[in-house]
Amino acid sequence: MKKFSTSNPAIPIVDLVKPDGSSWTLKEKLWLGLTPQQYKEQFFRNWINWMMVGIFAIGIPIIIQRYIFGLEAVTHASNDYPWGLFLGFGLFGMVPLSASGFMLGTTVEIFGRKDFLPIERLALLNGLLGYFFAVLFLEVDLGMPWRLPYPMFISLGPAAVLFLVAWHVATYLSVQIAELVPAFCEWYGWLKGKRWIKSIVLGLTVSGIILSTLHQGALGALFNYAPAKIHPLWISAEFQWIHFFCSSIFAGLSMVIVSSTLVIWTMQWRVDDRFRDSLDRITLGLGKGCSYAMITYLVIKIIAIAHDQEWAYLLTGWGQYYLLELGVAVVLPMFMFAIGVKNHWVGIVRIAALISAVGIIWNRLNTSMIAYNWKLYPEIPHWKEVWICITLYSLYFLTYRFILYRLPIVYEWKGEK
Amino acid sequence: MNKQLSRRGFIKGGLAGTVAATVLKDTNADAGHHFEAYPNAMGVIVDLTRCVGCRSCEAACNKEQELPAQPEPFDDFNVFDQRLHGQRRRTDETRYTVVNRYEVPGQDHPLFRKQQCNHCNEPACLTSCFVNAYTKTPEGAVIYNSKVCVGCRTCMIACPFYVPTFKYSSAFKPKIMKCVFCYDTRLKEGKPPACVEACPQEALTFGKRDDMLDVGHQRIRMNPGKYVEHIYGEHEAGGTSWMYLSPVPFDKVGLDTDVPQEPILNYVTGFLAIVPMVLTIWPALFTGFHLLATRKDRIEELENDDKQEA
Repeated sequence: MKKFSTSNPAIPIVDLVKPDGSSWTLKEKLWLGLTPQQYKEQFFRNWINWMMVGIFAIGIPIIIQRYIFGLEAVTHASNDYPWGLFLGFGLFGMVPLSASGFMLGTTVEIFGRKDFLPIERLALLNGLLGYFFAVLFLEVDLGMPWRLPYPMFISLGPAAVLFLVAWHVATYLSVQIAELVPAFCEWYGWLKGKRWIKSIVLGLTVSGIILSTLHQGALGALFNYAPAKIHPLWISAEFQWIHFFCSSIFAGLSMVIVSSTLVIWTMQWRVDDRFRDSLDRITLGLGKGCSYAMITYLVIKIIAIAHDQEWAYLLTGWGQYYLLELGVAVVLPMFMFAIGVKNHWVGIVRIAALISAVGIIWNRLNTSMIAYNWKLYPEIPHWKEVWICITLYSLYFLTYRFILYRLPIVYEWKGEK
Repeated sequence: MNKQLSRRGFIKGGLAGTVAATVLKDTNADAGHHFEAYPNAMGVIVDLTRCVGCRSCEAACNKEQELPAQPEPFDDFNVFDQRLHGQRRRTDETRYTVVNRYEVPGQDHPLFRKQQCNHCNEPACLTSCFVNAYTKTPEGAVIYNSKVCVGCRTCMIACPFYVPTFKYSSAFKPKIMKCVFCYDTRLKEGKPPACVEACPQEALTFGKRDDMLDVGHQRIRMNPGKYVEHIYGEHEAGGTSWMYLSPVPFDKVGLDTDVPQEPILNYVTGFLAIVPMVLTIWPALFTGFHLLATRKDRIEELENDDKQEA
């Protein structure tokens, strides 16, 4: 991209009109202002794209296989472990990492912290895509994916926790789409839509907080259905929902730090000065939030052990594994965040964010698969199940990048707003 | 103009929040509903001292429910040695009931235990289902409607007895497969399920659940030392229609003694109770935070307006 932008001052596109006064067509905007030839050239120069091609070459046939021959063809079809990686990673892992949307929405729109404005849209996009792909993971996992709207309209089971998750995730997806409409409107040149969203942004943000509190918590409460199956250290009837909710706070913030780091490292051509100059300050601010959320989480995790009288379990092998999780995924990044923020070391905050984002996935996998059925036997997922997860995650990555390249997410639109 | 727009926007935003809250509040209106056990529910008591592991019940079930042929004939007793992941045989999409053998130290002969759906009074599968695919019938059976099932398999997570199984082999018509107490073919007409009828040892006794509890307690009382003084299923998971009597502690014959003595539903009501609270308090709380956080901007705005007017 750098190569093309030096030869053509009109790109990257930041305005509805070209320097010569004529308008960019939609097609040109989609091609990033490049000729198809140039686009192809930049696409194939990137080794990541080659890797994606390789992943899809194997992954797409496996996904087709799943839809023709059933889940049995790609998973171990276990009746003891009804939920595998698709939900353990794709739903329980992706959703907390997508809490960024409501976190930054609240910070900027509710608390009026305009100093976080440059990263707000990235956080919203991170949230939207995370949820959208969590639904895609669900669509691979559901036995009858074509019946996804059933709990909404056909047959209602309102007393079930999953009913709440279904409704809230669906509603929250719409809220997040609405929150990102302004970015799309600027790019597309439809300002009326943007003004309308702007007028209801407070309501949207508040609904976002409500829906997020409840469904992040509900994902934890889902495990309350299996009190005798999950190792007691990973399940606490009273605290489960609050553990899941609280950990989603630092998970979402960490994910924005990770994502913004990738942007600043690999998309210099796309970011503008506002984003570039404020990112270090914002990263430190987010890191501070993470360390506060983590200490809160750590305390309620310990209170849960005390409340359920589970100290003795800590001396067992499972207990040591539990302490390892808490130590590596919570205590270590918590101190790294604190030290990084205190000394203005952005690098250490970024590493801490990566650890805590991976740590959240680890925690959700521990709850949904590893400590689940701890009295039976461990389930090691089928390789095809793993590959489908990688494929969907790659698709998530590509979609994320596709949007960042185009819409005004990490740069400000120069044209009419 | 600017000022007006922002005030209107504020009201509209608040309205959107309230509408969202009201619409969503309905979703959990009956979260706290309680589900009493049916007074005339039927039940079965399984007496492990009588079972000889003949597998007649397995054969009868297979025939009655028109399940696929099994790889081993029903008179093959080598199946008791089968292990998968170190576990004994379990129910799956081809069999709704299985009998397993347990060698218990101190017993001069092995014990056999039949397993099937226990037909809980307050079933976890039913209460965890978000499309209401399960029904507890007044006769005591827990039945399932595959026409509305989405295949999320939460019921399999929630069942403390690992009963519901999934037809993973089908891409287009998968469904949950589990014992239905022969509801459609027998129980509805007051007849005992096929397995009970087939048992040559009278190890399975069928009748009203309340009477079966009496039978169980009486057997314990009349035969001191023969049984563990507990009926597994009287209180487990809030009480089940199928119950077990055993000469040895229940965990020795593969029954999970960590299953709570109350309905699984009780573990989620705590969370469901916070839902209305969050829906009511959050909007006011966070709009309040917004007003507080932005009060300085607002004051500045007003002062600027005054200056312009002056």
